[in-house]
Amino acid sequence: MTATLPGRAERTLMEGSEALVRASIAAGCKFFAGYPMTPFTEVLEHFARLLPEAGGTCINAESELEAVGMAWGALATGERAATGSTGQGLSLMQESFSELTLAELPMVVFNMARGQQDYFQATRGGGHGDYRHIVLAPQDVREGVELVQLAFFLADKWRNPVLVYGDYLLAHTQEALTIETLQFPELPPKSWAVDGTKSGSGLSGSVTPLGVSKHGQPSFGQEGKAQYIATKTPLMEREVRVETGFLDDAETVIVTFGSPAKFVKYAIKQLRADGHRIGYVRPITLWPFPYDTVRDAAAGARRVGSFELSAGQMVDDVRIGVSGQAPVTFIGGVSTDHSGFGMGRMLDVDVIRDRILALHTDRELPVIPGYEEFTYALAPHQQEAAR
Amino acid sequence: MSTHTPRGPVLDTTVAPAAARIVEALRPELLLTQEHHMCPGCGEPLALRGFLDTLSEMGVAQRSIAVAGIGCYTSFSGTMDVDLVQALHGRAPSVATGVKRMKPDAVVFTLQGDGDMVNEGLQEVLHTAARGEQVTCILLNNGVFGETGGHMTATSVIGQRTKNSLDGRDAEYHGYPILIGDLVSRLEGAAYVARGSVHNAGAVARTKKMFRRAFETQVERRGFSFVEVLTMCPTGWFVPTADGPGYMNDTLGEVHIMGELKVDGVVRTTDELRIENEHRQHEIEAALARGGLDT
Ligand code: SF4
Repeated sequence: MTATLPGRAERTLMEGSEALVRASIAAGCKFFAGYPMTPFTEVLEHFARLLPEAGGTCINAESELEAVGMAWGALATGERAATGSTGQGLSLMQESFSELTLAELPMVVFNMARGQQDYFQATRGGGHGDYRHIVLAPQDVREGVELVQLAFFLADKWRNPVLVYGDYLLAHTQEALTIETLQFPELPPKSWAVDGTKSGSGLSGSVTPLGVSKHGQPSFGQEGKAQYIATKTPLMEREVRVETGFLDDAETVIVTFGSPAKFVKYAIKQLRADGHRIGYVRPITLWPFPYDTVRDAAAGARRVGSFELSAGQMVDDVRIGVSGQAPVTFIGGVSTDHSGFGMGRMLDVDVIRDRILALHTDRELPVIPGYEEFTYALAPHQQEAAR
Repeated sequence: MSTHTPRGPVLDTTVAPAAARIVEALRPELLLTQEHHMCPGCGEPLALRGFLDTLSEMGVAQRSIAVAGIGCYTSFSGTMDVDLVQALHGRAPSVATGVKRMKPDAVVFTLQGDGDMVNEGLQEVLHTAARGEQVTCILLNNGVFGETGGHMTATSVIGQRTKNSLDGRDAEYHGYPILIGDLVSRLEGAAYVARGSVHNAGAVARTKKMFRRAFETQVERRGFSFVEVLTMCPTGWFVPTADGPGYMNDTLGEVHIMGELKVDGVVRTTDELRIENEHRQHEIEAALARGGLDT
């Protein structure tokens, strides 16, 4: 549902999914294929409704495997294209994600994740081989609109897939906003794309993840191709984006990303008002991870905490960044709603503030209200091992 | 510096010998080179020539795009003078869908083997056909994974010996072969479905007509089109090169019967094709018994 707010004709109230889709269209996305899965489903719905109006095509793919294949084909013709799902659906697409990188196809992928448990999947990938995807993690819809357009630009700039990491909140929160088309530096024409017009000319082209080319044209070989792709990695690392706050005199530094970062930042503001020297680092790109920023932030701090709604994934990158300069504590946890689709009890400013304060004052992390009654019975031999 | 005096007759190596010129003259227009990495007796190059020449003859070569699967035929991707998108194993029909939706005026076809299409990506070809996607899927069916060295596929016939069905494909243990053309022809979106072969000159000529009808179906936007071609794989069948065509006729050819399975909305099953063929065979035999065939 969209409605124009009275007196603010230029702003429209829309849910995150629609905003991300409108931003994609503003960026020139011409093709989308997807398979419904909560909380990604609405992204597909809005593409299905809005993309044809804008002269594009949205296919309700019969499976995630086929969705990513269709977008692959569309990209090979030089058009901007995207697919998406939740982390679960993206698991099915991993073979393609890794090979798309070798084929240098600029795919934009939406992960409307069920929580933050797909950090490893997004930044390490579940596919085979040496590859990296740029991962953008907006904290809210407004930033999502910007980062989606950046995603299409960066994908073309590096000829590399770019993933937009969202969640239930990003997909479903309604915000009043304007979709402004952002301007990016001009990129060269896609002379690598195929459209059939060079067939029969002796100069036909191919788009392939393999190290082969057309007869008579220079060919990489499999090894050469993988080596060439690897040379792009350190260059793409320069695309790192990060937000920081209150770091100057911070004794405690919290690292946090995505929608929960907004809650963390709010809690830190409250704690600051009470005189606690706490600051934060918010990676906007999960890959490349802002290791240098985390390193500098940790240099003057006594402790570093990683807050994420998972069993602890980003904390690995935080540790790499901190490099032993201060103890790193994981202060997040697994927290979803009962269905597993949305956010759980931990996404609460009071809960988060208590955890940050406990870390800051070297106390044990408090038990979260509502989680204390859960008992998980380990098997006897496991209890034995735990002793 | 010493002068070198050639011994024996001097051959002019700047021009090809007469025999090579004849071969060169027969090279399909859409082939960049006659070099290839296929085994002697492989049927896949025959199928390749069939569809490349068809594209040239129809005058659509300059707007054709191939989507290749993964198998021995993948090496054609570098030798075909056709714009090409390489797909992952089994995924070509979806990739072709994305290509065609963005380039609706192009003639888009996939090139897949039985391992690629009928094993790894069976749902892809079925969904693409059901969607009535305006593309042509070409299946090179030899009933074996040739590239891995001769292993059973979903189209291997009962009794077929492969490296992982050493005593022959046993229905009770390995299940039955899939007659993919029959599955495709039942789908509303499929407009033209045919099964050809390259085991003799007549079959090659018939198969070329099938390619033509399939591409025409696509150009006229009448729906999904499909051509399966039985191809020899003497290497994967472990038979002498020269025995390939005969072996194929007697094994795969007895199960995956050649013929048109769907034309203008009329479906004929593989069983019906078999009965028709037997009928024709009886007629021929009866006529011969009467003293000869009248034209
Ligand atoms: S293994 Fe079979 S299909 Fe592959 S090139 Fe040799 S004969 Fe042809």
